[in-house]
Amino acid sequence: MRSFTYERARTPAEAAASAMRKPDAKFIAGGTNLLDLMKLEIETPAHLIDVNGLALDKIESTQEGGLRIGALVRNTDLAADARVRRDYGVLSRALLAGASGQLRNMATTAGNLLQRTRCPYFYDTNQSCNKRKPGSGCAAIGGFSRQHAVVGASEACIATHPSDMAVAMRALDATVETVQPDGATRTIPIAEFYRLPGDTPHIETTLMPGELITAVTLPKPVGGKQIYRKVRDRASYAFALVSVAAIVQRDGTGRVALGGVAHKPWRVEAAETQMPRGAKAVAAQLLADARPTRENAFKLALAERTLGAVLAEAKG
Amino acid sequence: MRFETPATINPIDQLKVVGKPADRIDGPLKTTGTARYAYEHHEGVSNPAYGYVIGSAIAKGRIAGMDFSAAKSAPGVRAIVTADNAGKLGKGDRNTAKLLGGPDIEHYHQAIALVVADTFEQARAAAELVRVDYVRTDGAFDLAAVKDIAKPRPVFGGPADTAVGDFADAFAAAPVQLDANYTTPDQAHAMMEPHASIAAWNGDKLTLWTSNQMIAWGVGEVAKTLDIPKENVRLISPFIGGGFGSKLFVRSDALLAALGARATGRPVKVALPRPFVFNNTTHRPATIQRIRIGAARDGKISAIGHEEWSGNLPGGRPEGAVAQTRLLYAGANRMTATRLAVLNLPEGNAMRAPGEASGMMALEIAVDEMAERLAMDPIEFRIINDTQVDPEKPERPFSQRRLTECLRTGAERFGWNKRNPQPGRVGDGRWLVGIGVAAAFRNNLLTKSAARVRLDNNGVVTVETDMTDIGTGSYTIIAQTAAEMMGVPMEKVVVRLGDSTFPVSSGSGGQWGGNNSTAGVYAACVKLREAVAQKLGFNSAEAEFADGEVRSGNRRVPLAQAAGDSGLGAEDGIEYGDIDKKYQQSTFGAHFVEVGVDTATAEIRVRRMLAVCAAGRILNPKTARSQVIGAMTMGVGAALMEELVVDERAGFFVNHDLAGYEVPVHADIPHQDMIFLDETDPMSSPMKAKGVAELGICGVAAAVANAVYNATGVRVRDYPITLDKLLEEMPDVG
Repeated sequence: MRSFTYERARTPAEAAASAMRKPDAKFIAGGTNLLDLMKLEIETPAHLIDVNGLALDKIESTQEGGLRIGALVRNTDLAADARVRRDYGVLSRALLAGASGQLRNMATTAGNLLQRTRCPYFYDTNQSCNKRKPGSGCAAIGGFSRQHAVVGASEACIATHPSDMAVAMRALDATVETVQPDGATRTIPIAEFYRLPGDTPHIETTLMPGELITAVTLPKPVGGKQIYRKVRDRASYAFALVSVAAIVQRDGTGRVALGGVAHKPWRVEAAETQMPRGAKAVAAQLLADARPTRENAFKLALAERTLGAVLAEAKG
Repeated sequence: MRFETPATINPIDQLKVVGKPADRIDGPLKTTGTARYAYEHHEGVSNPAYGYVIGSAIAKGRIAGMDFSAAKSAPGVRAIVTADNAGKLGKGDRNTAKLLGGPDIEHYHQAIALVVADTFEQARAAAELVRVDYVRTDGAFDLAAVKDIAKPRPVFGGPADTAVGDFADAFAAAPVQLDANYTTPDQAHAMMEPHASIAAWNGDKLTLWTSNQMIAWGVGEVAKTLDIPKENVRLISPFIGGGFGSKLFVRSDALLAALGARATGRPVKVALPRPFVFNNTTHRPATIQRIRIGAARDGKISAIGHEEWSGNLPGGRPEGAVAQTRLLYAGANRMTATRLAVLNLPEGNAMRAPGEASGMMALEIAVDEMAERLAMDPIEFRIINDTQVDPEKPERPFSQRRLTECLRTGAERFGWNKRNPQPGRVGDGRWLVGIGVAAAFRNNLLTKSAARVRLDNNGVVTVETDMTDIGTGSYTIIAQTAAEMMGVPMEKVVVRLGDSTFPVSSGSGGQWGGNNSTAGVYAACVKLREAVAQKLGFNSAEAEFADGEVRSGNRRVPLAQAAGDSGLGAEDGIEYGDIDKKYQQSTFGAHFVEVGVDTATAEIRVRRMLAVCAAGRILNPKTARSQVIGAMTMGVGAALMEELVVDERAGFFVNHDLAGYEVPVHADIPHQDMIFLDETDPMSSPMKAKGVAELGICGVAAAVANAVYNATGVRVRDYPITLDKLLEEMPDVG
């Protein structure tokens, strides 16, 4: 771990301004991911801006009938919120499928969105990784890639995004609210929040330098059966091989997003028109451009079968 | 005390204290966080410095150059130790690769330097500033690729090849045959406490607080490596946060702490960071196994053959996976073969039940497959081929062997008769359900062990031995033994362990610790009883030690009276004759497992487990049960998730942390049960006990595998059994 300076920000705008002003600054909230990465010198911030005191820890109803979730709401609190459980079941279930009780107590909503990949080559600083060290290569390609992306990957990176929560947020069409270093605020639809790796896998989101997430907003509830199904070797405390977030209406229409298959929560709206026709049809379109490795080709069949089980559960 | 003939009645047989499910006497220390582990002996040293280990970034080759300029001028840095400046170092006999490498590199994350600084954070930050240039050379990292050039290699004192009768002819002639290959992956001990040490020099004497299972071995290895007399090395290891074999030997933390302390003139603390443990230390090596069984239509085995291929660094040993096949089932024609190839992966070495754990993973699937070919119940097939004598030497009986009783008892308790022998037929909602069985087998090893005991004038008995407690319950069973022998309650016994100034014990490994270390305490107590009797004027043969008194006829004297003001001590140990040559000593059991396999995703979840064990006298049913259910849990890990994944290009284990190397969590283990059969084994020691800690893991994974087959009809012969290996053959869904 490198030495770093530290400050406690007093307002979101001040935090963003400070992040712009100080070179190599990072925000720290729950720290459940960042501190691990700093110890291994995968992240080497020169300055940490502690945002825990920014009072962004409320869950409020919006005028549109949705929910505004403060960036600092802990995963445990979000999963347990009565409104979330009632109207956004897929989100509550996704949260509880992730990490462990202890980690969820610390991890925040914004931090969860921004967690880094768990690719083992990203985690080993002796190995090449374009995400950790741009231009160094990707050791995961041709290496151990069972957990890795099957769709949307590039020649530079085949990492997956590890979040469960983000997959549910994608299915719910959440919006990310931010404040920028100049104090301006903006909203980013979650569909536009994450980037595919392309040639720049180290740039993972469309956030601008210094930009701070202040909240995540959920639109008015859409009802339907809401299911989150996470598939993994170990029953708990493991990242998804494949996960399915689904919202299925009585008439069989709905939405579906996949986790564990791409650099971001994977949703193809056009594929959802196939939902009444069943999992095979949806999966064919969702994963049409899939290019798995030898070790993770099973994820294609797994995704289709899991989706099938989810759609059957929604019907039943 | 020499133990050469079967034990007769002795004070342990009173079973007033021994055999009772006593709580761990060290439990309160652990649950309150006051038990001091290796890194925590703050009171032992003042002003320590902190060492951070640098590991090789390549698997094989040499260091062309190291640049310390930035690290040396970093804040707080006191010394940087390398093979270049450490002085001449020997190599211990028990580790294969050097604990401090360079310039030649033998494996990935081999330690090549220690940065010592005033704080841990300074040492870690400075370590990242060291620049190392390497010259890589090609290595062998893929066991399957080098299998055919593997060479015969003896293992665990047995020959590389064994043969009885004519295996080839008998197998060829057998009406029912099985010839199948199985693989087990490299596995990590993944104990909770990483390797850690504090070293302090006083003149030319070294004290090491470390986390080590075998204190006397450790002293010898440290002395040899540093080329100093053994008398100048003291190891202290009172509490150990899990070892499973990874701490049988001193590792780089201990050596580098000693070198760092010598370089700085200060005590030095070194802990291996978790991502470093997997490639820097040892692991259970992967195996390829071929098993051939031939039987008559009545199920009697006529030919059984087991071949093993494993790899290790030059000078390393094979895994030894064929060992149990020499003893477990009858059959006139038999062969085993052990082959070893050179691999340039990190060092393969002992992990919980080395040999048998891997061997039983394969053998007990093979037996299940053979039973199916014979259209026999797999329990009946095992029972038909049970033997009360060493199948290679029929004149040599087992001291005790209750395999059949274990299987029958377990079948009854588990509801085996409800199993549908047709696989893939039992559903429960979204799950396919199956149950499986496997035998459990692990040898019982006799090894000498000593202790000293001291009685004080309050009637307190203090036991000192360099035995270790790796979470097993050694403190407690030793206290029970001394209490039984001296006729005092456990509260009157103080047990001190894990210090090389104490008499040399068996240590903890190979499930030998429980029986041997308590037998050593028994021997010392016999001597103390004689001293007490003599002091108090009793005939030691007639004196009864009970309720804090010594009694004979009408005379009763408080035990404490014998101590006088200066106390009364005795020291002795147990040593064994050739009783284990005349009788084969093994422990037996049966594992039963029910699994559910998700019809859609092929996720495998264990639903319930049962183990029935016959392992001599159970000294403490509570701590013994903990050992067995812990081992069953580890067996589930071996079956379903544990695999050190080799990057065959760069030659290292990729998933080198506890997120990537998955072991079972609570949610994976919903229900466990276990039964000990009532048994005493007078051939094992005066305690009549045997080991259980490794028996508990042997066979578990195969029972899981057989349950998965029963649930799905898909036979997986390559561990771990993960959903991707089932998926293609699972039934279509929705």
